[in-house]
Amino acid sequence: MTVEDLLEKQTEETERQAALENRILCCTAAGCVSCGADGIRGAIAGEIKAQGREGKVEVCGTGCMGLCSQGPLVLSAADRKLYGNVTAADAAALVSPNPIDRQALAPREIDLGAPFFIKQTKIVLANSGRVDPERLDDYIAAGGYQALAKALNEMTPKETVEAVRKSGLRGRGGAGYPTGLKWELVAKQAAPVKYVVCNADEGDPGAFMDRSVLEGDPHRVLEGMAIAGYAVGAQQGYIYVRGEYGLAIQRLQTAIKQAEREHLLGSRILEQGFQFRIDLRIGAGAFVCGEETALIASIEGKRGQPRQRPPYPPESGLWGAPTLINNVETFANIPAIVEKGAEWFSAIGTANSKGTKVFALAGKIVNTGLIEVPMGATLREILFEIGGGIPSGKFKAAQTGGPSGGCIPEQFLDVPVDYESLARIGSIMGSGGLIVMDETSCMVDVARFFMEFCMEESCGKCIPCRTGTVQMYDILRRMTTGEADEDDLAMLKGLSELLRETSLCGLGQTAPNPVVSTLKYFAGEYEAHIRDHRCPAGHCGLEAKEATR
Amino acid sequence: MPPNAPAAAPKDNREKLLERAMSRHQYSGDALIEVLHTAQELYGFLSPHLLTAIAHKLRLPPSRVLGVASFYHFFSLKPKGEHTFTVCLGTACYVAGALGLVERLEKRCCKAGTTTPDGKVSVETARCIGSCGLAPAVIYDGAVLARVTPEGLDRELERIGAK
Amino acid sequence: MSVKTLEIDGKMVTGMAGETIFSVAWEHGIHIPRLCHIGGISDVGACRLCMVEVEGQRKLQAACLTQIEEGMVVRTDTPRLKAHRKLIVELLMAERNHICAVCVANGACELQELARSMGIDHVRLRYRFPVFPVDTSNERFGMDHNRCVLCTRCVRVCDEVEGAHTWDVFGRGAGSRIISDLGEPWGASESCTGCGKCVQVCPTGALFDKGKTVAEMRKDRGFLKYIVTAREKKQWIG
Ligand SMILES: Cc1cc2nc3c(=O)[nH]c(=O)nc-3n(C[C@H](O)[C@H](O)[C@H](O)COP(=O)(O)O)c2cc1C
Ligand code: SF4
Ligand code: SF4
Ligand code: FES
Ligand code: FES
Repeated sequence: MTVEDLLEKQTEETERQAALENRILCCTAAGCVSCGADGIRGAIAGEIKAQGREGKVEVCGTGCMGLCSQGPLVLSAADRKLYGNVTAADAAALVSPNPIDRQALAPREIDLGAPFFIKQTKIVLANSGRVDPERLDDYIAAGGYQALAKALNEMTPKETVEAVRKSGLRGRGGAGYPTGLKWELVAKQAAPVKYVVCNADEGDPGAFMDRSVLEGDPHRVLEGMAIAGYAVGAQQGYIYVRGEYGLAIQRLQTAIKQAEREHLLGSRILEQGFQFRIDLRIGAGAFVCGEETALIASIEGKRGQPRQRPPYPPESGLWGAPTLINNVETFANIPAIVEKGAEWFSAIGTANSKGTKVFALAGKIVNTGLIEVPMGATLREILFEIGGGIPSGKFKAAQTGGPSGGCIPEQFLDVPVDYESLARIGSIMGSGGLIVMDETSCMVDVARFFMEFCMEESCGKCIPCRTGTVQMYDILRRMTTGEADEDDLAMLKGLSELLRETSLCGLGQTAPNPVVSTLKYFAGEYEAHIRDHRCPAGHCGLEAKEATR
Repeated sequence: MPPNAPAAAPKDNREKLLERAMSRHQYSGDALIEVLHTAQELYGFLSPHLLTAIAHKLRLPPSRVLGVASFYHFFSLKPKGEHTFTVCLGTACYVAGALGLVERLEKRCCKAGTTTPDGKVSVETARCIGSCGLAPAVIYDGAVLARVTPEGLDRELERIGAK
Repeated sequence: MSVKTLEIDGKMVTGMAGETIFSVAWEHGIHIPRLCHIGGISDVGACRLCMVEVEGQRKLQAACLTQIEEGMVVRTDTPRLKAHRKLIVELLMAERNHICAVCVANGACELQELARSMGIDHVRLRYRFPVFPVDTSNERFGMDHNRCVLCTRCVRVCDEVEGAHTWDVFGRGAGSRIISDLGEPWGASESCTGCGKCVQVCPTGALFDKGKTVAEMRKDRGFLKYIVTAREKKQWIG
């Protein structure tokens, strides 16, 4: 496919879709599938046949539409009506040309003007829920691969790196390292072989942003990686996907095949000199493999254990070659930046955090699901306007950054969500998991929960993390059963310091964060557990024990 | 999809398929994890016999092969049960009470990470299976069950006739 | 190769470019504690005992993996570092079953010596008391997992110097354990050449020589240097 073919295809597909009477989009992301989306899609397809509406009405599956809590979701494109809690029995009404038939569905129509929708800004998720992730033409109709064409035709690799640098984009995998600087580091290495790696290991145990992007719009990530390959001078890319993400793996495989067939990946991309291949590497269930040096070891077929940095991957990564590692969401931002320009992107967000961030809302919140907001939105806006607030009871804390992050109490609800502000209040942006807790959650038990995770996921290489997490977990566990004393609390603090300062990799270094942040904002709960053997949240079952004593 | 489903390929074919996977990677030791994935998909678990064969073919020290196979939770060194319940213990599911589900399964079947002696049920745990909006979630033989309750598990166990 | 000058614990010292803080310090009589490092094989930075403070660096650095730089100012023995090291040794003591009085390496154990030099007379942490076997299937040597600190010296020496790669690590995290071949008893290992290098480098009594009594268990940990130098300089006969 040449650039001209690409544009032609776009027009052709757009016209084809416009000529249809209706396109019925079914969310077939993990959330909706687990409440029966596949059956609904099948039923609609059956109805189209039964009512003889082939060629007039079309049904297709899409990525996550965001409002997972009301799934299965179905969008009727012609009249832009979104329905929730759809069942197979609704298929006939959805397909019918007669508007009267739709009336039965009215009570389940979801208002697209609600804050949940209008308060969001979508870049990464722009296509999610709108295009069929298994059809390349859908992505092309939405303007896909034009950023790659623009980079190849109108920009030098250097200019491409410069555009990313100017945009102010920072890594979305957690640490927030400026993406342009990283690209520059790799681009300036004189090695003949370089690699581009997409980190899709998404380990935070309460997050599914990367998964949704891969399932809902895989071509966007491929395009971002190809642009990166062009910019830094690499011809081979790898996507390291979490093994649990079966659907994402399948969609990526399909997308890579489609793109190769049309010369959008592989050799002679867009019939020009540039070549770039992408292969998948499937993770095998180890959180630590999200850490970049462990990820490299894993791609090389070894135990996923981190190693000392420096050297950093841009100097010496996969098989010793310069390697660019970015997160899924980071790559997904690239096509839009190249297409619309650095200025457009940097106008969104705050002074030091540009663009948008995708969050996975979960826990004690009305609208659980996937959202994308500009950097700098406040937690209050995210949780109470978009998220619809707490179902019953009172807000207690929001957890960001997963096992490396912290718990944010009510007094900080108006802090803007960006890298620096979250760090200042003892949490981190993390990869985008946002879990809401109400007063039934015990913060000591939350700390215990995350420490258990770190203990189980520690690779075991360095002593502080391997043995320290075991001891910290044991102390926290004994606190929740009322068997810990003041000395334990002091030791917990000492161990926190030790792990933070001496662990080899980020897992051990940040493992104490949930403990430190809950100790800071909820010290009273720790005291209650230790001194009074009481759990203020009524979660740990200590009262019951007390009564029988 | 979770590869705990019983081996789909006919028995005699499996060796050939594994061989093909290895030759696709030119018998390179770097492809160890890919090859282990394929082996587990074909055979359901990684027996010492299988690991030895892979070590020989890829020309890797056996201890390195076992070291890698045992590092990753995805690889199972023992056969799985007829049915597998994987309880999500990710943050959202934890907040929604997933620990109660593990407790119930451990009480009725066996400890998490093991299989009942009669080979009927395996109990596993996972960290966030990406269905946080439906917490607490359980993967039951490859399908995601949403908003699961201990009673719901009881019903399923009765249905499959677990003791 | 260029010479670099730096300051370690207030002392001006010099070393060659490419050398680590650890080796330059030892050459000048400053003995930074360590468990996983041993001269002659690669470094992994696993024990974290050698962490030092480098002026201008926010984070502590592992001396065994950090190369010297001109004008560097290093401190190896501050109260903060001492406290960390003490806690690391206590963590190790609590992790498995180190009962020195009945150990063949009593008096020749690097862990015991670390604890002694730090004045550790009791452990402030709860002992884990894991159940581990002792493998005595090898004719000449034994492996007592109760005393293993997972420094992986044995794994590295066997792979890098002997070329046998008999040992590796099984599992992960606190469940890690050293294995030979496919986890069979050591005596059944087909790859083991019986050279005994792993026994020599093991810092504790985990790998031991069956023939020796407690008093005789003196390990010669300097031998590696000779072998590796000899190999590099092609001094082997034949
Ligand atoms: C223990 C640990 C787990 C990590 N897990 C992930 C992950 O799942 N996904 C990810 O993109 N980055 C993860 N990271 C961060 C990566 O090491 C790396 O910084 C990131 O992929 C770089 O991409 P970015 O600059 O685009 O953010 C993890 C880091 C640590 C220390
Ligand atoms: S900090 Fe933990 S995960 Fe990281 S290297 Fe050390 S033991 Fe492994
Ligand atoms: S057996 Fe000895 S040398 Fe090997 S890891 Fe254990 S303590 Fe280290
Ligand atoms: S926490 Fe269970 S699905 Fe995410
Ligand atoms: S000697 Fe440096 S980390 Fe062990």
